[in-house]
Amino acid sequence: MDSLLVIAPVAVPVAAAGLYAVLGWNRITAWLGTLSAAGLLACAIALSAAGRHDALGGLLVSDALSAFMLLVIGAVALLAMAASPAYLVAELAAGHTGPRAMRRYGVLTQAFIAAMALAVLASSLGLLWVAIEATTILTALLVGHRRTRQATEAAWKYVVICSVGIALALLGIVIAYYASTHAGVASLDWAVLAEHAGRLDPGVMRVAVMLLVLGFGAKAGLAPMHAWLPDAHSQAPAPVSALMSGALLSVAFYAILRVKVIADAALGAGFTRALLVIVALASLTVAALLLIGQRDYKRLLAYSSIEHMGLLALGAAIGNSLALVAVLLHILGHGLGKSVLFLSAGQLHQALGSSRIHATGGLLARAPLLAGVFALGLLALLGLPPFSLFASELGIARAGFDAGLGWAVAAALVLMLLIVAAIGRHALRMLLGAGPDEAGSLSVLPRTVATPLIAGLAACAVLGITLGPLHPLLQAAATIAGATP
Amino acid sequence: MTDAMYIQLLDLACGAFLLTGVLVLWRRELSAIVWLFALQGVALTALVVILGVRQDSLELIMVGVGVGALRAGLLPYLMRRALVAGGAGRETQPLVNVATSLLVAAVLAMLAYALSQPLVRLSPTPATQTVPIALTVLLIGFFVLVTRRRALSQLVGFLLMDNAITATAFLTTSGVPLVVELGISLDVLLAVLVLQVLTTWMCAVFGGTDLDELRELHD
Repeated sequence: MDSLLVIAPVAVPVAAAGLYAVLGWNRITAWLGTLSAAGLLACAIALSAAGRHDALGGLLVSDALSAFMLLVIGAVALLAMAASPAYLVAELAAGHTGPRAMRRYGVLTQAFIAAMALAVLASSLGLLWVAIEATTILTALLVGHRRTRQATEAAWKYVVICSVGIALALLGIVIAYYASTHAGVASLDWAVLAEHAGRLDPGVMRVAVMLLVLGFGAKAGLAPMHAWLPDAHSQAPAPVSALMSGALLSVAFYAILRVKVIADAALGAGFTRALLVIVALASLTVAALLLIGQRDYKRLLAYSSIEHMGLLALGAAIGNSLALVAVLLHILGHGLGKSVLFLSAGQLHQALGSSRIHATGGLLARAPLLAGVFALGLLALLGLPPFSLFASELGIARAGFDAGLGWAVAAALVLMLLIVAAIGRHALRMLLGAGPDEAGSLSVLPRTVATPLIAGLAACAVLGITLGPLHPLLQAAATIAGATP
Repeated sequence: MTDAMYIQLLDLACGAFLLTGVLVLWRRELSAIVWLFALQGVALTALVVILGVRQDSLELIMVGVGVGALRAGLLPYLMRRALVAGGAGRETQPLVNVATSLLVAAVLAMLAYALSQPLVRLSPTPATQTVPIALTVLLIGFFVLVTRRRALSQLVGFLLMDNAITATAFLTTSGVPLVVELGISLDVLLAVLVLQVLTTWMCAVFGGTDLDELRELHD
């Protein structure tokens, strides 16, 4: 029974993908994806109460950290899948998609969710790698869904850059396996590797860890291999962007957290800390510089994802208990907030036919509900209370000063101030600025989209006020992620 | 197999592996590049089989044959099909000319030697001592990927990197666990298929596979 519960988060979306392949996408099957996402979320909740379990002879293991990541995937998938039917209806009406492409959309999104669930449940670095590379392959055709010049270009760059990045991670895994063979362990299971980390050759592990952080960092959208992210996230269909930004980036970051546990035990905390601080500050700088002159609101959201991944890397570098709890909360808050924003940006794009910021002027008067949701989402993203990102950013900053990384936190805060100013200026222009001359009011938000958007914002706000039953789970997950006291 | 013969055969296979990688930099016809990639697959297969015979491991020999079927058979076949469908068979002017590319390959080889020092030091067997060759091919693959302008040559660059990682895995540890090896092979195969679909879409919307045309998205 327990092992069934561990297999279910992968099996449920795989079954849904199979059903889409047979039945295609129609008015009824459109809700199958939502149902499967809700099932995944329910499994995640059950697993987070269940403690450590394994399945399939130890190939899959669920502990507090995996269960928490499943919660994030389930929550983001539920929002994205609930908004999908209305999104595809509008795409169909505009002639951007057809029955074959919609069937493919159903199959690929479900397989994509299954691959993410597999990644966080895999007990070995090897299987984790296979699952993360599978997400690249499965989402590539989704990024190019519209088959325009821009979408095809984005999909090509996405597959090439991410595959190369993840190839580096594979080399890192091979080298780590070599080190473990010579330590007499010969395993890729991270629990085993972490336990015997003291016997791994430090010179070899240094090469391996560098490759692993760079490689999985490419997939997590961290500098220096972030160039694919703004293209892919701005060209994919809105619900896919929500999944990629809200869940997939964090799943890749989760891989870095697992690697860090082994690396810290083998090399001491200094090595990964230095690596992650460099990557974090570089990502924040890239995001700040490219946000200032941004002219496209979907790319604006994409660069903000790079910023938040940079913050996560900074929190992981700090590495004490407070920092890691804050990092995990930030993953959830960012997942919810960013999905709401990408979904509402998708509605906006469909209504306006353009993703240029100057095309949206005066949005607050033209579409009050959509503009309100978008504005609240941006406030959440900028880390304003009551949203949970305020609490987690505060936690990361405080932990940084406690751990003697005050200079890095100070530098990050300066860059974040720049980012707040840049996004704030663009947001004011979108919401209140002068619109194009022929601007009329926009079509109203369909109820099936408005519900997940408001629910996502509400969840993000509630998490900012109280963690409730999540608190023990976060603590347990932070301990597994190697929190130093 | 005697020690001397084992080392000679191993070095021969590694030499062929490196040479096919360097020659990719030299040739500009896409069909020749696909041929070289297939030959490299054969060298990789030979490498694994030699290691398998040396260790009396039937499993390793079988895995080697599987690797060969994928990398010297199926992948080149898929690429040749894409080539026939895509039309024009020559690399357009690459960003870096051939003479400079070959010089760069020499520099990359030295870099690979420097990088692999800690790996060789841990266990200086004949097999691990050839790891720098695999890493050289990895860097050459990356170089092909960033300097070539055709979709298919970029794909070959990516696959050279992948061959190199597989070679590293076999040279250092006689291969990663079988489940992982299967997963990796499947992922590579699917990645090639996806890139092939994207190439077809690219031909449809851009009228060619010249990656210089990809400049709609930038900041």
